[in-house]
Amino acid sequence: MILAVIIIYFAAVLFIGSISVRLFRNTGEDYFVATRTIGPFVLFMSLFGTHMTAFTILGASGEAYHTGIGVFALMASSSALVVPSIFFFVGPRIWSLGKRFGYLTQIQFFRDRWDSSALGLVLFVVLMAFLLPYLLIGVMGGGTTLNQITGGLIPEWLGGLIVCGVVLIYVTTGGMRGTAWVNTFQTLVFMIFGALAFYIIVKNMGGLTQAMNQVSLEHPELLVREGKIQPLEMLSYTLIPLSAGMFPHLFIHWLTSSKAENFKFTIRLYPISIAFVWFPSVMLGVLGTLNFPDLKGAAANSVLIRMIEMHAPGVLAGLLAAGVVSSVMNSLDSQVLAIGSMFTQDILEHYGWISKKNERQHVLLGRIFVATFVALSYLLSLFTNRSIFRLGIWCFTGFASLFPLIIAALFWKRSNKYGAFASIFSVIALWLFFFLKAGNDQNYTLGGTGIMPVVLMITVSSLVLIVVSLLTPALSEDRIKKFFPQTTKFSASSPVEA
Amino acid sequence: MKYVLYFLLGLLYLLHNDLFLWNDECLIHGIPSGLAYHLAFCVAATLLMTALTYFAWPEGLEVDSEKDSAV
Repeated sequence: MILAVIIIYFAAVLFIGSISVRLFRNTGEDYFVATRTIGPFVLFMSLFGTHMTAFTILGASGEAYHTGIGVFALMASSSALVVPSIFFFVGPRIWSLGKRFGYLTQIQFFRDRWDSSALGLVLFVVLMAFLLPYLLIGVMGGGTTLNQITGGLIPEWLGGLIVCGVVLIYVTTGGMRGTAWVNTFQTLVFMIFGALAFYIIVKNMGGLTQAMNQVSLEHPELLVREGKIQPLEMLSYTLIPLSAGMFPHLFIHWLTSSKAENFKFTIRLYPISIAFVWFPSVMLGVLGTLNFPDLKGAAANSVLIRMIEMHAPGVLAGLLAAGVVSSVMNSLDSQVLAIGSMFTQDILEHYGWISKKNERQHVLLGRIFVATFVALSYLLSLFTNRSIFRLGIWCFTGFASLFPLIIAALFWKRSNKYGAFASIFSVIALWLFFFLKAGNDQNYTLGGTGIMPVVLMITVSSLVLIVVSLLTPALSEDRIKKFFPQTTKFSASSPVEA
Repeated sequence: MKYVLYFLLGLLYLLHNDLFLWNDECLIHGIPSGLAYHLAFCVAATLLMTALTYFAWPEGLEVDSEKDSAV
């Protein structure tokens, strides 16, 4: 029965994707950014659905199982403030520049802003390197979900394969419009069924007060942060959501909006929507300690699915599982679309390997790259074994450390390509250093102080960007005027690039 | 008004660090106090974001289709 519900759900997803194909205009702009026609509701649903991943739904409940309620403060409420702030200060400005200058990827923006082709190439490599672990989270989450919910009937490798296959079909055929529509449907599914799962499970456990009283007797340490999370760790974690400002898959969604005003709806609803999704996820992770007390390490990532299996019968379990699978596919689709877009626009077209005017060729190659990367991620997921949550943190740390780039590009006229290069290389060096130093220590902080590596990485990348920009020639006035039309001339003391 | 809202944004960021509830085990209708605080924090963030979109929305961002030009 559960399997039948899941199959019907996948069929519904493919059906929605196929409807969007009717509106397809067979151009690169339509395939990658839906010809910038997306309205406020779909923009919100697709941005929110893309941002909420298996990391949220499975990883957060798994982490709450071990760490307790502090996980909500660590990632959810900090994101509720930081992410919509990014959407407020950065999103509409990027949309406006994208619409004016025809950008389809974030690399096109940075390349144009700082007038450097090489910068685009370096950024392409770095973004791809940080995006790949994030893709693996989705594939692994999909495999785990289908395996658990079908009682092992679908092995994890097959679960991952099915999720990849469904995403592949609707992304390659429907492009961004299909992805945005499916995202909207899936976000509604995981929000509605997530809330339903919480209600049913808590009711089966005798009500929230009774169940939590039981937790306070058996695991009182999960209701506080003392001994689980250090204050400095929580403060550092507030920098992790800055990663949303540099995610290629969110950037590409920003470009799809039909107007800047559409962002308002997303900005207003984002904080409360984050609470709506994370609260059940964290609470069910904590409550899972009552029903499944012996889960070790990454095994706790399956606690949510186990709770659904135990408390929700037949069809309902299938629907609830569909909600979890939705969150997984929602991110995966936008990520592979962003990758396809970057390969087609930033490599093939930029270096003249395909014609700028051959729209059909752009669409075809975009599809080929999407398919290739889905396959590659799937194969890699078979050999990856780290906890979903921790894998995500390293990926987010990398993106967050690049955040000063977008702030400098939008708000600091004096920034230049040299500063940007220096900043990116500082991030690469520090990321590799900390990743290797942390090794298998999943709770690594600087000198055990609770300060996470992201703090130092953002500080260094910002300082390097500022200092190197100031020490090297400024961009030409024409370039600055292109991005800052109201600008006044630099002082005579500022060197200017020829 | 814009700068008042920016100040409130900074203030809310500071209020995220609820050290006063760090070791508080009490439950409010079954919700641990530390979690209830952060739920309220999300509501406050929603209100602040709404105010920002009404009173501090940046001007001059809309672009007419006729002004489009390729990279």
